[in-house]
Amino acid sequence: MYQDTIAAISTPIGKGGIGIVRISGSDARKIVTKVFTHTLEDHRLVYGHIIDPKTNEVIDEVLVSFMAAPHTYTREDIVEINCHGGPIPLQNILELVLHHGARLAQPGEFTLRAFLNGRLDLAQAESVMDIIQAKTQAGLRLAIQGLKGQLSSRIKILRTELIDCLAYFTVRIDFPDDEIELREVTPQLTKIKNEIIDLIASADHGIVYRQGIRTAIVGRPNVGKSSLLNRLSRENRAIVTSIPGTTRDVIEETVNLGGIPFLLNDTAGITDTEDTLELLAIERSRNALNQADLILFLIDNSEPVTATDRKIAAILRDKTVLMIANKADLPAQADLQEFPWETIVISSLTGAGLNDLENRLVAIALGGQIHSSDTLLVSNPRHKDALQKAAENLDKALQDITANMADDFITIDLTAAINALDEITGGSVQEDLLENIFSQFCIGK
Amino acid sequence: MTAFTDTSLYEVIVIGAGHAGCEAAMASARMGCHTLLLTLNMDNIALMPCNPSIGGPAKGHLVREIDALGGEMGRNTDRTFIQIRMLNNGKGPAVQAPRAQADKKMYGLSMKYSLEQQQNLDLKQALVEDITLDNTRNIIRLKTSTDWIYEGKCVVLTTGTSLSGRVIVGDKSYSAGRAGEFAAYGLSQSLIKLGFTLDRLKTGTPPRLDARTIDFSKTIIQPGSSTPIYFSFVKPEEGSIHFPTPNPAYPLSDSTPWRPQMPCYLVHTNKNTHDIIRANLDRAPLFTGIIKGTGPRYCPSIEDKIVKFATKEKHQLFLEPEGWQTSEVYVQGANTSLPEDVQLAMLRTIPALEKVEMMRAGYAIEYDYVPSSHINATLETKAIPGLFLAGQINGTTGYEEAAGQGLIAGINAALKIKGKPPLIIKRDEGYLGVMIDDLTTRDLSEPYRLFTSRAEYRLLLRQDNADLRLSPIGYRLGLIDKVRYETVENKREQIKWELERLTKSSIVVNDSSNNGSSNRISLMEYLRRPEVNYQTLSSSGIAAPGAGADILEQAEIEVKYGGYIEKQKHAVNRMQRMEERNISSSIDYNQIKGLRYEARQKLERFRPVTIGQASRIDGVTPADIAILMVYLEKQRRNNTTAEITN
Repeated sequence: MYQDTIAAISTPIGKGGIGIVRISGSDARKIVTKVFTHTLEDHRLVYGHIIDPKTNEVIDEVLVSFMAAPHTYTREDIVEINCHGGPIPLQNILELVLHHGARLAQPGEFTLRAFLNGRLDLAQAESVMDIIQAKTQAGLRLAIQGLKGQLSSRIKILRTELIDCLAYFTVRIDFPDDEIELREVTPQLTKIKNEIIDLIASADHGIVYRQGIRTAIVGRPNVGKSSLLNRLSRENRAIVTSIPGTTRDVIEETVNLGGIPFLLNDTAGITDTEDTLELLAIERSRNALNQADLILFLIDNSEPVTATDRKIAAILRDKTVLMIANKADLPAQADLQEFPWETIVISSLTGAGLNDLENRLVAIALGGQIHSSDTLLVSNPRHKDALQKAAENLDKALQDITANMADDFITIDLTAAINALDEITGGSVQEDLLENIFSQFCIGK
Repeated sequence: MTAFTDTSLYEVIVIGAGHAGCEAAMASARMGCHTLLLTLNMDNIALMPCNPSIGGPAKGHLVREIDALGGEMGRNTDRTFIQIRMLNNGKGPAVQAPRAQADKKMYGLSMKYSLEQQQNLDLKQALVEDITLDNTRNIIRLKTSTDWIYEGKCVVLTTGTSLSGRVIVGDKSYSAGRAGEFAAYGLSQSLIKLGFTLDRLKTGTPPRLDARTIDFSKTIIQPGSSTPIYFSFVKPEEGSIHFPTPNPAYPLSDSTPWRPQMPCYLVHTNKNTHDIIRANLDRAPLFTGIIKGTGPRYCPSIEDKIVKFATKEKHQLFLEPEGWQTSEVYVQGANTSLPEDVQLAMLRTIPALEKVEMMRAGYAIEYDYVPSSHINATLETKAIPGLFLAGQINGTTGYEEAAGQGLIAGINAALKIKGKPPLIIKRDEGYLGVMIDDLTTRDLSEPYRLFTSRAEYRLLLRQDNADLRLSPIGYRLGLIDKVRYETVENKREQIKWELERLTKSSIVVNDSSNNGSSNRISLMEYLRRPEVNYQTLSSSGIAAPGAGADILEQAEIEVKYGGYIEKQKHAVNRMQRMEERNISSSIDYNQIKGLRYEARQKLERFRPVTIGQASRIDGVTPADIAILMVYLEKQRRNNTTAEITN
C-alpha cells in the first residue's frame, strides 16, 4: 500500500527444513546488506551468515537471493533469505530486518503489490481480494484472541497511562492560558518503559509456546474429550512439549500430525469433574474456543443430542469447527443432521476412525481453511516490533525531558510511542487524547 | 402576485458576511469572478459575536496560512488589534502561535471597507429564504424574504449560527441568529427540501461587563508583546493605522513603543462564586434539558466547569476589552446560559467585580448545521454541484476555522467557474488541509475546533513557515501579487544558501569532555549543539553575513530540529502514493466484493476522493483499503482495455 519496504516469513509453519524470510521494496537490498556477511548479486544465490551487527552474533547459516526489480514477483527489489526452517531462526531473522528498516507486511501485501505493479493479470484480481480477505480474517481472529489475552490488557493499561502523560504536555500547548499544575512525568514514563521492556522479554518466551494450530476440544462432560486427547497423543509419539498452561488452568498438548504442530487445548480436566455445573462447563468451553484456531466439537454418538450439546453448538457459530461423533463402538443414537459442520465418526476406545480424523486435521491445516497458522507466527514479531518501537520512542522522550527539549518534541515522541502500541490494540490517539484532556483538565474560555 | 425578479446573474454568490463569507467573497472576486456577497445585516459584517481574540495555537497558524493564500483575516487583524502576544514561547517552534485581541467594531468596519474597495464584488443586505435549482441552466436561484431573486452559477453558503438559531438565557428562549439578530428558518427548510440532513449544535458566550464598574486595581494586568508581531507577512505601512485614544476606564500597562496596545486583566472565581452557581443549577438550561444540542468540550460553560471539576477551588477569568473605546468587557472563561440574575450575582462575588454591571448577558445558542459527510474536500456539496458550504454550517467553531473554509470555498467556487481543477490543501501542507480532511473523514460529536495535536506533521506546519508553504499556491491562483511572491522565493533561496554555508564552513572547537582536545566540525554540527545559537555564532564572528532575522530563524529551526523534521517528511512520503491515488466520484461501493459492511457504509457516506482520505475514515481498516485498491486497479485496467478496443 505504501512505498516502503516490507518483510514477512513467507513459508508456512511446519517441520520443513527450510524457511524463507522475504523482503520487498526499494530498501530491500540495503537492509539485508546490513545483516548479511556476503555481497548480494542479482539473481544469484549467495551462501553466508546472517549476523546481528550490534553483537556480531551469528543468527543462522543461510542462502540469500537478491532479485532486482522489475523481474520479480512484486516487480520491486526482492531479497529472500533461506534459513533453517525452525520457528526461532525465522523469527530472529525477521526481527532483525524489521529492526533495520523494513516494515512487517500486512496480510496479503506481497500479492497486493504484485497486482498493483502489474505483475498479476486482471483475471487474478478476484483471487488477490480473496487472499487479502482470508488472511485478514485469520489475522482478525488472532487479534481478537490477543485482545482477550493478558498481553493486550496490559498494553491497554500502559497506553492509557501514556495518553495521560501526553495529555499533560498537549494541554499546556493547546491551552496556554490555562493554569495547569506542573507535573513530574519522568518516573511514570520510566515505569511504563520498563514494563514495555518486560513485555518484550516475555514475548520472547511466548513465541516458543505459541507455534502451531491452537485446537480446542469442546463438548459436554463425559463425551470422551480426555480419551480423545490421550488417543491422539499416544498414537503420535512425536509429542513436542507438554506444558501446563501458566495463565489458564487447562492443559495444552502439542501433537505433531503430518509435520504440523497442533496445540490441543484440553478442557477435559475441568469439565469432567463430577461436581462441575453445566453452566461452568459451557463457560470454560467458551474461553478455550475464543483462543482457538480450530475447534473439535465432540459429541456422544451413542446418545440422542442433548440441550447442552445445542448450547455449546450455539457458541460455535462462525468458528472453524470439525465435529467428532465419539463412541462409534456403541449403537448410534445421535441425529447429527441438525449441525452444519462436517463430521467424523470415531471411537476413542477402539481407535476406529482415528486415522481419518488425523488426515482430516492435516488437510484442514494445509488446505487453507485455517489461515492463522502462519499469521500466528508473524503475529508475535508484529507485537514485539511494535513494543520495541514504543520503548525506543519512550526512551527518546525521556532523553528529551532530561535535555530540556521543548514540550513539542516530547509530545511527538510520546505520540509515536502510543501509535506503536496502537498497532497492537488499535485506537485513535487524537480522540482518546482529547477525551483525556477534557476529563482531566478544566480548560477553555 | 408575482415576484419582481432581478435579472442580474452572478458567477458566485456568497450568503453570509461573517468570517467565512468575507474570505469567500474576496477570494472569488480577486480571482476575477463577478461576485455578490449577501448579509443579513450590513452593520454586522465580520462580526465577532463571541471572544474578541484571533489566533492562538493552531488558530494562529491558520491565520498565517490564510494570509499566505492572500486572505484578509491576518491583514485585517493587524490593522485593528489592541493587543498581540506570541504564545507558547519555549515550547517548540511548531506550537508557537500569535494571538491578538481585536477592536471588534474596527475589525468589522475595516473588513467592510476592504470589501467595498474590491472590484467585481457587490455587497447587499438580504435574508435568503429559499434555494432552488434551475437544472436546465445549471443555475442556483436564491429567493429573499422580500421576494427578490438572485441567480448564481456557484453559491457559497456561510450561515454561522443563524440556521434556525435559538438563543437561550435561563428559562427564556427565543429565535435569533445571534442575540439581537434574525434567524434563518426558511433556509433550513430549503436545505432539507434539497436533500440535506440537518443536525444541531450548541455554543455559548459570556456576559459583557461595563469597564466603569470594574475595580481594575484588584486584577492582574496582562500586557501585550513588547516586540513587534503581525499576522500578515505584509506589515501595515507606517502611519497607515489610526489608533483611537483608549477609553479612560481602563488602566494601561507600560507603553510598547512599537505600537499602542491595551492590556487584558486576570481575575479568579472563588468559593462564593461556585456556591451561587451550585445553588442555581436547577435554573441552568444545560441541566434542565432546555438545551439539547451538543456543546464543545473545550469551551465549557462556567456551570459545566463547577459541576465537572467540583474540587477545583478557583477558575481564572480574563477580562478582555472589546475595543479601544468601548466600555464593554468580555469575560473569557465565564460563558454561561444561567438566568441573568444569577450571572450578575456570581460575577459580584469576585473582588474586582463587586460593583460590576452587565451590559449584555451571556447566552447559549443552538443552531442547525449540515453534517460534513455532505461535502467534498473542495467544500462543494456532493448532492448539488456549485453549492459550497463553509464555516459553522459544517459544524466547526472559531472565526479562524470559518475564515479558512471560506477562503477555500471561495477559491474552489472561482476555479469551478473557470473550469480549472479544485484546490485541496493536503494534511502535510497546512492546518487548512488538516481541518478539511478531518471534516470529510469523521463524524463530529461536538463543534470542531483545530488543535495543534490534530496535525500529525505539525513540525512541517509552523506558523513561521506558512509563507514558504503556501505563497506559491496563492500566487498561482492570483491571490497574492508578484512582488510578494518573489520576496518569499528570495527568502527560500537565502535559507538554502545559509544552510549550504553551514555545511561547508567549519569551526575548531575545544572539547572540554574530550581532554580539551580540539576538533574541526562544520558550523551545522556546531549549531546543532543545544547551547549554541545564532547569537553564539555572531559573537564568534561567524554569523551569516547580511542574512535577515527571518532567514536565520528558518535555518536554525532546520538545523536544530532537522532529525524530527526529516522523520515527519519521511512519514509524509510514505503516505504520498496513497494521497495521489484518486477514487472516481462514480464508484459504487456495493460492487466491491470483500469490503466489510461497516467499511462499505462509511465509504458510501463520506465518499473520499483519494485512497489516503479513505484510509483515515474511522472504521475503514488497512485490509479494506487493500481491497479497494485492487478494485480500483481492476477498474483502471478494464477501462484501458475498453479504450483500446473502442
